[in-house]
Amino acid sequence: MIESSLSQMGAALRAKKISSVELTQLYLDRIAQLNPELNAYITTRPEATLAQAKAADARIAAGTAEALTGIPFGQKDIFCAKDWLTTCGSKMLHNFVSPYDAHVISQFNNAGAVNLGKTNMDEFAMGSSNETSHYGSVKNPWDKARVPGGSSGGTASAIAARLCAAATGTDTGGSIRQPAALCGISGLKPTYGVVSRYGMIAFASSLDQAGPMGRNAEDLALMLNTMAGFDERDSTSLQRDKEDYARDLNKPLNGLRIGIPKEFFAEGLGSDVAKAVEAAIAEYKKMGAVIVDISLPNTRLSIPVYYVLAPAEASSNLSRFDGVRYGYRAPEYTDLADMYEKSRAQGFGAEVQRRIMIGTYVLSHGYYDAYYLQAQKIRRLIAQDFVEAYKHCDVIMGPTSPSTAFKLGEKGDDPVQMYLSDIYTIAVNLAGLPGMSIPCGFGDNNMPVGLQIIGNYFDEARMLNVAHQYQLATDWHSRAPQGI
Amino acid sequence: MSLSTTDVEKVARLARLAMTPAEIETARSQLSGIFGLIEEMQAVDTKGIEPMSHAQDVAQRLREDKVTEFNQREAFQAIAPQVEGGLYLVPQVIE
Repeated sequence: MIESSLSQMGAALRAKKISSVELTQLYLDRIAQLNPELNAYITTRPEATLAQAKAADARIAAGTAEALTGIPFGQKDIFCAKDWLTTCGSKMLHNFVSPYDAHVISQFNNAGAVNLGKTNMDEFAMGSSNETSHYGSVKNPWDKARVPGGSSGGTASAIAARLCAAATGTDTGGSIRQPAALCGISGLKPTYGVVSRYGMIAFASSLDQAGPMGRNAEDLALMLNTMAGFDERDSTSLQRDKEDYARDLNKPLNGLRIGIPKEFFAEGLGSDVAKAVEAAIAEYKKMGAVIVDISLPNTRLSIPVYYVLAPAEASSNLSRFDGVRYGYRAPEYTDLADMYEKSRAQGFGAEVQRRIMIGTYVLSHGYYDAYYLQAQKIRRLIAQDFVEAYKHCDVIMGPTSPSTAFKLGEKGDDPVQMYLSDIYTIAVNLAGLPGMSIPCGFGDNNMPVGLQIIGNYFDEARMLNVAHQYQLATDWHSRAPQGI
Repeated sequence: MSLSTTDVEKVARLARLAMTPAEIETARSQLSGIFGLIEEMQAVDTKGIEPMSHAQDVAQRLREDKVTEFNQREAFQAIAPQVEGGLYLVPQVIE
Protein backbone atom coordinates (compact mmCIF):
# COMPACT_ATOMS: atom_id res chain seq x y z
CA MET A 1 0.00 0.00 0.00
CA ILE A 2 2.83 2.46 0.78
CA GLU A 3 3.92 2.42 -2.87
CA SER A 4 0.41 3.34 -4.09
CA SER A 5 -0.45 6.76 -5.46
CA LEU A 6 -2.80 9.01 -3.50
CA SER A 7 -5.66 8.27 -5.89
CA GLN A 8 -5.09 4.51 -5.47
CA MET A 9 -5.03 4.92 -1.68
CA GLY A 10 -8.20 7.00 -1.80
CA ALA A 11 -9.93 4.37 -3.94
CA ALA A 12 -8.83 1.53 -1.61
CA LEU A 13 -10.14 3.47 1.39
CA ARG A 14 -13.48 4.22 -0.25
CA ALA A 15 -13.79 0.58 -1.38
CA LYS A 16 -13.08 -0.40 2.26
CA LYS A 17 -10.15 -2.60 1.26
CA ILE A 18 -8.26 -0.91 4.07
CA SER A 19 -9.42 1.47 6.80
CA SER A 20 -7.83 4.85 7.48
CA VAL A 21 -6.99 3.63 11.00
CA GLU A 22 -5.08 0.65 9.51
CA LEU A 23 -3.30 2.79 6.93
CA THR A 24 -2.44 5.43 9.54
CA GLN A 25 -1.15 2.81 11.98
CA LEU A 26 1.06 1.39 9.22
CA TYR A 27 2.75 4.80 8.85
CA LEU A 28 2.91 5.39 12.62
CA ASP A 29 4.72 2.06 12.97
CA ARG A 30 7.17 3.02 10.21
CA ILE A 31 7.78 6.37 11.91
CA ALA A 32 8.42 4.65 15.25
CA GLN A 33 10.88 2.34 13.52
CA LEU A 34 12.75 4.71 11.19
CA ASN A 35 12.37 8.23 12.55
CA PRO A 36 14.82 7.88 15.47
CA GLU A 37 17.60 7.66 12.88
CA LEU A 38 16.23 9.94 10.11
CA ASN A 39 14.84 12.64 12.44
CA ALA A 40 12.34 13.66 9.75
CA TYR A 41 9.58 14.48 12.26
CA ILE A 42 9.87 16.88 15.17
CA THR A 43 6.48 16.04 16.72
CA THR A 44 4.06 13.12 16.47
CA ARG A 45 0.87 12.66 18.50
CA PRO A 46 -0.33 9.15 17.67
CA GLU A 47 -3.56 9.48 19.70
CA ALA A 48 -4.66 12.68 17.96
CA THR A 49 -3.62 11.22 14.61
CA LEU A 50 -5.61 8.02 15.12
CA ALA A 51 -8.64 10.02 16.28
CA GLN A 52 -8.53 11.84 12.93
CA ALA A 53 -8.24 8.49 11.12
CA LYS A 54 -11.26 7.19 13.00
CA ALA A 55 -13.27 10.27 12.00
CA ALA A 56 -12.16 9.74 8.40
CA ASP A 57 -13.40 6.14 8.51
CA ALA A 58 -16.78 7.37 9.77
CA ARG A 59 -16.90 9.84 6.90
CA ILE A 60 -16.05 7.11 4.40
CA ALA A 61 -18.77 4.90 5.89
CA ALA A 62 -21.24 7.79 5.55
CA GLY A 63 -20.35 8.12 1.88
CA THR A 64 -19.14 11.72 2.11
CA ALA A 65 -15.43 11.03 1.50
CA GLU A 66 -13.39 13.34 -0.74
CA ALA A 67 -10.22 12.56 -2.70
CA LEU A 68 -7.86 12.87 0.30
CA THR A 69 -10.17 11.59 3.06
CA GLY A 70 -8.39 9.10 5.32
CA ILE A 71 -4.95 9.54 3.72
CA PRO A 72 -2.10 10.27 6.20
CA PHE A 73 0.09 13.32 5.47
CA GLY A 74 3.08 14.97 7.11
CA GLN A 75 2.88 18.73 7.73
CA LYS A 76 5.96 20.96 7.71
CA ASP A 77 6.47 22.43 11.18
CA ILE A 78 6.12 25.96 9.72
CA PHE A 79 2.31 25.56 9.59
CA CYS A 80 0.42 26.41 12.77
CA ALA A 81 -1.86 23.51 13.70
CA LYS A 82 -4.30 23.84 16.60
CA ASP A 83 -3.16 21.93 19.73
CA TRP A 84 0.08 20.89 17.96
CA LEU A 85 3.50 22.02 19.03
CA THR A 86 4.59 24.30 16.16
CA THR A 87 8.31 25.10 16.43
CA CYS A 88 9.38 26.25 12.96
CA GLY A 89 12.62 24.40 13.75
CA SER A 90 13.53 26.97 16.40
CA LYS A 91 14.25 27.03 20.11
CA MET A 92 12.35 30.34 20.04
CA LEU A 93 9.11 28.36 19.60
CA HIS A 94 10.09 25.27 21.62
CA ASN A 95 6.92 25.58 23.71
CA PHE A 96 4.53 27.10 21.17
CA VAL A 97 1.36 25.02 21.05
CA SER A 98 -0.63 26.76 18.36
CA PRO A 99 -4.07 28.10 19.34
CA TYR A 100 -5.22 28.05 15.69
CA ASP A 101 -4.91 26.32 12.31
CA ALA A 102 -3.08 27.68 9.28
CA HIS A 103 -5.22 27.87 6.14
CA VAL A 104 -3.30 24.95 4.62
CA ILE A 105 -3.94 22.81 7.72
CA SER A 106 -7.68 23.59 7.73
CA GLN A 107 -7.87 22.75 4.03
CA PHE A 108 -6.40 19.29 4.74
CA ASN A 109 -8.63 18.88 7.81
CA ASN A 110 -11.76 19.85 5.86
CA ALA A 111 -10.82 17.28 3.22
CA GLY A 112 -10.72 14.60 5.94
CA ALA A 113 -6.96 14.04 5.59
CA VAL A 114 -4.99 12.67 8.56
CA ASN A 115 -2.09 14.64 10.12
CA LEU A 116 0.75 12.20 10.93
CA GLY A 117 3.03 14.79 12.47
CA LYS A 118 5.10 17.93 12.05
CA THR A 119 8.17 17.55 9.85
CA ASN A 120 11.63 18.86 10.64
CA MET A 121 12.99 21.93 8.84
CA ASP A 122 15.76 24.49 8.85
CA GLU A 123 15.16 27.07 11.59
CA PHE A 124 12.54 29.54 10.30
CA ALA A 125 13.11 27.93 6.85
CA MET A 126 16.56 29.55 6.62
CA GLY A 127 18.91 26.95 5.21
CA SER A 128 19.53 24.56 2.33
CA SER A 129 20.59 21.44 4.27
CA ASN A 130 18.24 21.15 7.26
CA GLU A 131 21.30 21.52 9.49
CA THR A 132 20.10 24.78 11.10
CA SER A 133 17.17 23.05 12.87
CA HIS A 134 17.26 23.35 16.66
CA TYR A 135 15.90 19.78 16.76
CA GLY A 136 18.89 18.21 15.02
CA SER A 137 19.76 17.58 11.41
CA VAL A 138 17.72 15.27 9.19
CA LYS A 139 19.32 12.33 7.36
CA ASN A 140 18.87 11.62 3.67
CA PRO A 141 17.35 8.09 3.34
CA TRP A 142 19.50 7.45 0.24
CA ASP A 143 22.69 7.89 2.31
CA LYS A 144 22.38 8.67 5.99
CA ALA A 145 25.73 10.49 6.01
CA ARG A 146 24.24 13.10 3.66
CA VAL A 147 21.83 16.02 4.03
CA PRO A 148 18.24 15.87 2.71
CA GLY A 149 18.44 19.50 1.52
CA GLY A 150 16.39 22.28 3.00
CA SER A 151 14.51 23.95 4.25
CA SER A 152 11.71 21.36 3.76
CA GLY A 153 14.24 18.58 4.49
CA GLY A 154 12.12 16.67 7.02
CA THR A 155 9.23 16.50 4.55
CA ALA A 156 11.51 15.31 1.71
CA SER A 157 13.21 12.68 3.90
CA ALA A 158 9.85 11.44 5.24
CA ILE A 159 8.43 11.01 1.74
CA ALA A 160 11.54 9.24 0.40
CA ALA A 161 11.49 6.87 3.41
CA ARG A 162 7.72 6.25 3.04
CA LEU A 163 6.99 7.75 6.47
CA CYS A 164 3.88 9.46 5.03
CA ALA A 165 1.81 9.24 1.85
CA ALA A 166 2.90 12.80 0.97
CA ALA A 167 3.56 16.05 2.86
CA THR A 168 3.63 19.82 2.65
CA GLY A 169 6.55 22.18 2.12
CA THR A 170 7.22 25.87 1.71
CA ASP A 171 9.58 27.55 -0.74
CA THR A 172 11.13 31.00 -0.31
CA GLY A 173 14.28 30.44 -2.39
CA GLY A 174 14.08 26.77 -3.34
CA SER A 175 13.00 25.09 -0.09
CA ILE A 176 10.53 22.71 -1.80
CA ARG A 177 12.45 22.04 -5.03
CA GLN A 178 16.00 21.56 -3.69
CA PRO A 179 15.16 18.96 -0.96
CA ALA A 180 12.82 17.23 -3.46
CA ALA A 181 15.78 16.94 -5.85
CA LEU A 182 18.22 15.77 -3.17
CA CYS A 183 15.82 13.09 -1.83
CA GLY A 184 14.57 11.83 -5.20
CA ILE A 185 10.94 12.94 -4.84
CA SER A 186 8.61 15.43 -6.57
CA GLY A 187 7.73 18.90 -5.31
CA LEU A 188 5.88 21.94 -6.62
CA LYS A 189 6.11 25.59 -5.62
CA PRO A 190 2.98 27.26 -7.03
CA THR A 191 2.71 30.78 -8.44
CA TYR A 192 3.02 33.32 -5.61
CA GLY A 193 -0.45 33.95 -4.15
CA VAL A 194 -2.08 30.62 -5.14
CA VAL A 195 -1.85 29.06 -1.65
CA SER A 196 -2.75 31.17 1.39
CA ARG A 197 0.09 32.11 3.76
CA TYR A 198 -2.32 32.48 6.72
CA GLY A 199 -0.86 30.66 9.72
CA MET A 200 2.37 29.82 7.88
CA ILE A 201 5.15 31.31 9.97
CA ALA A 202 6.60 34.17 7.90
CA PHE A 203 10.19 34.28 6.65
CA ALA A 204 10.19 36.60 3.60
CA SER A 205 6.56 37.46 2.90
CA SER A 206 6.95 38.60 -0.72
CA LEU A 207 8.62 35.27 -1.62
CA ASP A 208 7.14 32.61 0.72
CA GLN A 209 4.82 30.10 -0.94
CA ALA A 210 3.49 26.75 0.28
CA GLY A 211 3.21 23.75 -1.99
CA PRO A 212 2.82 19.97 -2.18
CA MET A 213 5.62 17.39 -2.03
CA GLY A 214 5.11 13.73 -2.89
CA ARG A 215 6.26 10.75 -4.89
CA ASN A 216 4.80 11.76 -8.26
CA ALA A 217 3.17 14.59 -10.20
CA GLU A 218 -0.31 13.09 -10.08
CA ASP A 219 -0.19 13.15 -6.25
CA LEU A 220 0.95 16.79 -6.31
CA ALA A 221 -2.03 17.72 -8.51
CA LEU A 222 -4.48 16.15 -6.04
CA MET A 223 -2.83 17.90 -3.10
CA LEU A 224 -2.75 21.27 -4.86
CA ASN A 225 -6.48 20.94 -5.54
CA THR A 226 -6.93 20.87 -1.75
CA MET A 227 -4.28 23.47 -0.85
CA ALA A 228 -4.99 26.21 -3.43
CA GLY A 229 -7.74 28.77 -3.27
CA PHE A 230 -8.59 32.29 -2.22
CA ASP A 231 -8.37 33.14 1.48
CA GLU A 232 -9.27 36.63 2.62
CA ARG A 233 -7.01 36.27 5.70
CA ASP A 234 -3.89 36.52 3.48
CA SER A 235 -3.77 39.96 1.87
CA THR A 236 -1.72 38.59 -1.04
CA SER A 237 -3.98 35.58 -1.70
CA LEU A 238 -5.21 35.83 -5.29
CA GLN A 239 -8.91 35.89 -6.18
CA ARG A 240 -9.11 33.35 -8.98
CA ASP A 241 -11.56 30.71 -10.12
CA LYS A 242 -11.02 27.28 -8.57
CA GLU A 243 -9.20 24.99 -10.99
CA ASP A 244 -8.62 21.25 -11.29
CA TYR A 245 -4.84 20.90 -11.43
CA ALA A 246 -5.17 17.30 -12.65
CA ARG A 247 -7.22 18.25 -15.71
CA ASP A 248 -4.33 18.19 -18.20
CA LEU A 249 -2.27 15.28 -16.82
CA ASN A 250 -2.92 13.05 -19.81
CA LYS A 251 -2.38 15.55 -22.62
CA PRO A 252 0.32 14.51 -25.12
CA LEU A 253 3.46 16.68 -25.20
CA ASN A 254 3.70 16.86 -28.97
CA GLY A 255 4.94 20.32 -29.96
CA LEU A 256 5.67 21.45 -26.39
CA ARG A 257 8.39 24.12 -26.53
CA ILE A 258 11.00 23.60 -23.79
CA GLY A 259 13.31 26.54 -23.12
CA ILE A 260 16.83 25.63 -22.00
CA PRO A 261 18.60 28.58 -20.36
CA LYS A 262 22.31 28.50 -21.14
CA GLU A 263 23.07 30.09 -17.76
CA PHE A 264 21.79 26.92 -16.02
CA PHE A 265 24.44 24.76 -17.70
CA ALA A 266 27.44 27.02 -17.13
CA GLU A 267 30.37 26.78 -14.71
CA GLY A 268 29.49 25.38 -11.28
CA LEU A 269 27.14 22.62 -12.47
CA GLY A 270 28.24 19.11 -11.47
CA SER A 271 28.92 16.91 -14.51
CA ASP A 272 26.88 14.04 -13.05
CA VAL A 273 23.88 16.35 -12.60
CA ALA A 274 24.32 17.78 -16.12
CA LYS A 275 24.36 14.27 -17.59
CA ALA A 276 21.10 13.20 -15.90
CA VAL A 277 19.33 16.46 -16.80
CA GLU A 278 20.46 16.26 -20.44
CA ALA A 279 19.19 12.68 -20.63
CA ALA A 280 15.81 13.84 -19.32
CA ILE A 281 15.65 16.57 -21.96
CA ALA A 282 16.47 13.95 -24.63
CA GLU A 283 13.55 11.86 -23.29
CA TYR A 284 11.23 14.87 -23.75
CA LYS A 285 12.43 15.20 -27.36
CA LYS A 286 11.40 11.58 -27.91
CA MET A 287 7.94 12.52 -26.63
CA GLY A 288 7.65 15.18 -29.31
CA ALA A 289 8.84 18.28 -27.45
CA VAL A 290 10.84 20.97 -29.22
CA ILE A 291 13.99 22.36 -27.57
CA VAL A 292 14.52 26.14 -27.67
CA ASP A 293 17.75 27.78 -26.53
CA ILE A 294 17.00 30.73 -24.28
CA SER A 295 18.91 33.09 -22.01
CA LEU A 296 18.17 34.34 -18.49
CA PRO A 297 21.07 36.83 -18.39
CA ASN A 298 20.54 38.05 -14.81
CA THR A 299 20.54 34.59 -13.18
CA ARG A 300 23.86 35.23 -11.42
CA LEU A 301 22.46 38.38 -9.78
CA SER A 302 19.56 36.49 -8.21
CA ILE A 303 21.78 35.39 -5.32
CA PRO A 304 22.89 38.87 -4.13
CA VAL A 305 19.37 40.24 -4.74
CA TYR A 306 17.80 37.41 -2.72
CA TYR A 307 20.32 37.74 0.12
CA VAL A 308 19.32 41.40 0.47
CA LEU A 309 15.54 41.13 0.07
CA ALA A 310 14.87 37.91 2.01
CA PRO A 311 16.91 38.94 5.11
CA ALA A 312 15.36 42.44 4.99
CA GLU A 313 11.86 40.99 5.10
CA ALA A 314 12.95 38.39 7.69
CA SER A 315 14.44 41.00 10.03
CA SER A 316 11.09 42.76 10.02
CA ASN A 317 8.96 39.57 10.33
CA LEU A 318 11.09 38.12 13.13
CA SER A 319 10.93 41.31 15.21
CA ARG A 320 7.67 39.87 16.63
CA PHE A 321 9.67 37.35 18.69
CA ASP A 322 10.29 39.39 21.80
CA GLY A 323 9.73 36.97 24.69
CA VAL A 324 6.52 38.73 25.75
CA ARG A 325 3.46 37.10 24.14
CA TYR A 326 4.68 33.62 23.20
CA GLY A 327 7.81 31.57 22.72
CA TYR A 328 11.13 31.63 24.51
CA ARG A 329 12.02 34.13 27.27
CA ALA A 330 15.53 34.28 28.76
CA PRO A 331 15.59 33.10 32.39
CA GLU A 332 17.56 36.14 33.62
CA TYR A 333 17.57 39.81 32.59
CA THR A 334 17.94 43.27 34.10
CA ASP A 335 15.39 45.39 32.24
CA LEU A 336 13.04 45.30 29.22
CA ALA A 337 15.71 45.89 26.56
CA ASP A 338 17.95 43.29 28.19
CA MET A 339 15.06 40.82 28.18
CA TYR A 340 14.46 41.35 24.44
CA GLU A 341 18.17 41.07 23.60
CA LYS A 342 18.85 37.98 25.69
CA SER A 343 15.62 36.18 24.71
CA ARG A 344 16.39 36.72 21.01
CA ALA A 345 20.10 35.88 21.31
CA GLN A 346 19.32 32.64 23.18
CA GLY A 347 16.16 31.74 21.22
CA PHE A 348 17.48 32.18 17.66
CA GLY A 349 20.23 30.02 16.16
CA ALA A 350 23.33 31.32 14.37
CA GLU A 351 21.97 31.35 10.80
CA VAL A 352 18.77 33.14 11.80
CA GLN A 353 20.75 35.77 13.74
CA ARG A 354 23.05 36.22 10.74
CA ARG A 355 20.11 36.89 8.42
CA ILE A 356 18.44 39.25 10.90
CA MET A 357 21.75 41.17 11.03
CA ILE A 358 22.04 41.35 7.22
CA GLY A 359 18.44 42.52 6.96
CA THR A 360 18.80 45.09 9.71
CA TYR A 361 21.95 46.47 8.08
CA VAL A 362 20.51 46.81 4.56
CA LEU A 363 17.42 48.56 5.90
CA SER A 364 19.32 50.89 8.22
CA HIS A 365 19.69 54.61 7.69
CA GLY A 366 22.06 55.50 4.85
CA TYR A 367 22.14 52.07 3.20
CA TYR A 368 18.54 51.63 2.07
CA ASP A 369 19.01 52.96 -1.49
CA ALA A 370 22.31 51.19 -2.12
CA TYR A 371 21.05 47.77 -1.04
CA TYR A 372 17.30 47.36 -0.63
CA LEU A 373 16.15 49.64 -3.45
CA GLN A 374 18.88 48.47 -5.82
CA ALA A 375 17.92 44.85 -5.11
CA GLN A 376 14.25 45.59 -5.84
CA LYS A 377 15.22 47.16 -9.17
CA ILE A 378 17.33 44.16 -10.19
CA ARG A 379 14.46 41.93 -9.07
CA ARG A 380 12.42 43.52 -11.87
CA LEU A 381 15.21 42.84 -14.39
CA ILE A 382 15.24 39.18 -13.30
CA ALA A 383 11.44 38.92 -13.68
CA GLN A 384 11.63 40.57 -17.12
CA ASP A 385 14.15 37.93 -18.25
CA PHE A 386 11.41 35.32 -17.79
CA VAL A 387 8.76 37.42 -19.55
CA GLU A 388 11.11 37.63 -22.54
CA ALA A 389 11.91 33.90 -22.38
CA TYR A 390 8.24 32.84 -22.35
CA LYS A 391 7.73 34.58 -25.72
CA HIS A 392 9.72 31.67 -27.17
CA CYS A 393 8.84 28.64 -25.01
CA ASP A 394 6.07 27.05 -22.90
CA VAL A 395 8.16 25.73 -20.00
CA ILE A 396 11.77 26.14 -18.92
CA MET A 397 13.92 23.21 -17.83
CA GLY A 398 17.26 22.77 -16.16
CA PRO A 399 18.86 21.34 -13.04
CA THR A 400 17.26 22.05 -9.64
CA SER A 401 20.54 22.06 -7.74
CA PRO A 402 24.17 22.21 -8.98
CA SER A 403 25.09 19.04 -7.09
CA THR A 404 23.50 15.98 -5.51
CA ALA A 405 23.16 15.76 -1.71
CA PHE A 406 26.36 16.73 0.09
CA LYS A 407 27.70 15.28 3.33
CA LEU A 408 26.39 16.46 6.71
CA GLY A 409 28.72 19.16 8.01
CA GLU A 410 30.44 19.63 4.64
CA LYS A 411 29.30 23.24 4.09
CA GLY A 412 28.67 24.05 7.72
CA ASP A 413 31.18 26.82 8.36
CA ASP A 414 30.82 28.89 5.22
CA PRO A 415 27.43 30.57 4.71
CA VAL A 416 28.50 31.95 1.30
CA GLN A 417 29.10 28.43 -0.11
CA MET A 418 25.67 27.35 1.13
CA TYR A 419 23.99 30.42 -0.42
CA LEU A 420 25.59 29.76 -3.83
CA SER A 421 23.91 26.33 -4.02
CA ASP A 422 20.53 28.10 -4.46
CA ILE A 423 21.56 29.50 -7.87
CA TYR A 424 18.92 27.75 -10.04
CA THR A 425 15.92 28.11 -7.75
CA ILE A 426 15.98 31.66 -6.35
CA ALA A 427 15.11 33.60 -9.52
CA VAL A 428 11.78 31.74 -9.70
CA ASN A 429 10.76 33.09 -6.27
CA LEU A 430 11.91 36.60 -7.12
CA ALA A 431 9.73 36.54 -10.26
CA GLY A 432 6.84 34.83 -8.38
CA LEU A 433 6.66 32.02 -10.96
CA PRO A 434 5.71 28.38 -10.32
CA GLY A 435 8.56 25.86 -10.26
CA MET A 436 8.86 22.15 -9.60
CA SER A 437 11.43 19.41 -9.29
CA ILE A 438 11.04 15.78 -10.32
CA PRO A 439 13.54 12.90 -10.07
CA CYS A 440 15.44 12.30 -13.34
CA GLY A 441 18.18 9.82 -12.47
CA PHE A 442 21.17 9.35 -10.23
CA GLY A 443 24.55 11.04 -10.07
CA ASP A 444 27.81 10.24 -8.31
CA ASN A 445 27.52 7.95 -5.27
CA ASN A 446 24.11 6.86 -6.53
CA MET A 447 22.41 10.00 -5.19
CA PRO A 448 19.20 11.32 -6.83
CA VAL A 449 19.21 14.20 -9.35
CA GLY A 450 16.27 16.59 -9.80
CA LEU A 451 14.99 18.08 -13.04
CA GLN A 452 13.57 21.57 -12.54
CA ILE A 453 10.51 22.58 -14.55
CA ILE A 454 9.66 26.28 -14.43
CA GLY A 455 6.27 27.40 -15.71
CA ASN A 456 4.71 30.70 -16.68
CA TYR A 457 2.37 32.39 -14.15
CA PHE A 458 -0.61 30.12 -13.22
CA ASP A 459 0.62 27.35 -15.53
CA GLU A 460 0.72 24.66 -12.80
CA ALA A 461 -1.68 22.34 -14.67
CA ARG A 462 0.63 22.33 -17.69
CA MET A 463 3.75 21.75 -15.54
CA LEU A 464 2.04 18.80 -13.84
CA ASN A 465 1.11 17.46 -17.29
CA VAL A 466 4.75 17.79 -18.41
CA ALA A 467 5.99 16.03 -15.26
CA HIS A 468 3.34 13.30 -15.37
CA GLN A 469 4.08 12.37 -18.99
CA TYR A 470 7.76 11.98 -18.10
CA GLN A 471 6.81 9.79 -15.15
CA LEU A 472 4.72 7.58 -17.44
CA ALA A 473 7.79 7.08 -19.66
CA THR A 474 10.40 6.63 -16.89
CA ASP A 475 10.51 5.04 -13.43
CA TRP A 476 12.96 7.29 -11.54
CA HIS A 477 10.11 8.58 -9.35
CA SER A 478 9.17 5.10 -8.14
CA ARG A 479 12.66 4.08 -6.99
CA ALA A 480 13.04 3.71 -3.22
CA PRO A 481 16.19 3.95 -1.12
CA GLN A 482 17.69 0.64 0.03
CA GLY A 483 16.30 -0.71 3.29
CA ILE A 484 13.07 1.31 2.97
CA MET B 1 33.38 44.90 1.58
CA SER B 2 34.62 44.96 5.15
CA LEU B 3 32.45 45.91 8.10
CA SER B 4 33.89 47.48 11.24
CA THR B 5 33.33 46.24 14.78
CA THR B 6 31.32 49.42 15.44
CA ASP B 7 29.05 48.69 12.44
CA VAL B 8 28.29 45.21 13.72
CA GLU B 9 27.71 46.40 17.29
CA LYS B 10 25.25 48.99 16.00
CA VAL B 11 23.36 46.42 13.91
CA ALA B 12 23.21 43.96 16.83
CA ARG B 13 21.73 46.73 18.99
CA LEU B 14 19.15 47.69 16.34
CA ALA B 15 18.22 44.01 15.89
CA ARG B 16 17.93 43.53 19.66
CA LEU B 17 20.47 40.69 19.78
CA ALA B 18 22.79 40.43 22.79
CA MET B 19 26.27 39.53 21.54
CA THR B 20 29.61 39.03 23.25
CA PRO B 21 32.74 40.66 21.78
CA ALA B 22 33.78 37.24 20.39
CA GLU B 23 30.39 36.79 18.71
CA ILE B 24 30.62 40.32 17.26
CA GLU B 25 33.99 39.41 15.75
CA THR B 26 32.66 36.16 14.17
CA ALA B 27 29.63 38.02 12.83
CA ARG B 28 31.89 40.75 11.43
CA SER B 29 33.96 38.33 9.40
CA GLN B 30 30.96 36.31 8.15
CA LEU B 31 28.91 39.38 7.27
CA SER B 32 31.89 40.85 5.41
CA GLY B 33 32.00 37.70 3.27
CA ILE B 34 28.27 37.88 2.56
CA PHE B 35 28.45 41.58 1.69
CA GLY B 36 31.30 40.72 -0.68
CA LEU B 37 28.72 38.62 -2.54
CA ILE B 38 26.04 41.32 -2.31
CA GLU B 39 28.38 44.04 -3.66
CA GLU B 40 28.07 42.46 -7.15
CA MET B 41 24.78 44.34 -7.42
CA GLN B 42 26.44 47.73 -7.38
CA ALA B 43 27.87 47.32 -10.90
CA VAL B 44 24.39 46.98 -12.45
CA ASP B 45 22.92 50.03 -14.18
CA THR B 46 19.34 50.32 -12.89
CA LYS B 47 18.60 53.88 -14.02
CA GLY B 48 14.90 54.24 -14.82
CA ILE B 49 13.96 50.77 -13.52
CA GLU B 50 10.92 50.73 -11.26
CA PRO B 51 11.63 48.81 -8.00
CA MET B 52 9.69 45.54 -7.77
CA SER B 53 8.35 45.02 -4.27
CA HIS B 54 5.99 42.21 -5.08
CA ALA B 55 5.61 39.23 -7.39
CA GLN B 56 2.08 40.08 -8.49
CA ASP B 57 1.06 43.46 -9.80
CA VAL B 58 -2.13 43.71 -7.76
CA ALA B 59 -3.54 46.40 -5.51
CA GLN B 60 -4.11 45.86 -1.81
CA ARG B 61 -7.59 44.48 -1.20
CA LEU B 62 -10.03 46.29 1.07
CA ARG B 63 -12.40 44.46 3.36
CA GLU B 64 -15.64 45.42 4.98
CA ASP B 65 -15.24 47.20 8.30
CA LYS B 66 -16.82 44.54 10.49
CA VAL B 67 -15.72 42.37 13.39
CA THR B 68 -14.34 39.03 12.21
CA GLU B 69 -12.30 37.87 15.22
CA PHE B 70 -13.62 36.91 18.61
CA ASN B 71 -11.86 37.25 21.95
CA GLN B 72 -9.48 34.37 22.68
CA ARG B 73 -7.51 35.98 25.49
CA GLU B 74 -7.30 32.81 27.55
CA ALA B 75 -6.10 30.65 24.67
CA PHE B 76 -3.48 33.24 23.68
CA GLN B 77 -2.29 33.92 27.22
CA ALA B 78 -1.99 30.21 28.00
CA ILE B 79 1.15 30.17 25.84
CA ALA B 80 2.69 33.44 27.11
CA PRO B 81 5.89 33.35 29.20
CA GLN B 82 4.40 35.40 32.07
CA VAL B 83 0.86 36.67 32.66
CA GLU B 84 -1.10 37.90 35.65
CA GLY B 85 -4.75 38.97 35.93
CA GLY B 86 -5.16 38.80 32.16
CA LEU B 87 -2.12 41.00 31.51
CA TYR B 88 1.24 40.21 29.94
CA LEU B 89 4.08 40.85 32.41
CA VAL B 90 7.33 42.55 31.39
CA PRO B 91 10.09 44.18 33.48
CA GLN B 92 9.11 47.59 34.85
CA VAL B 93 9.54 50.36 32.24
CA ILE B 94 8.07 53.39 34.08
CA GLU B 95 9.45 54.50 37.45
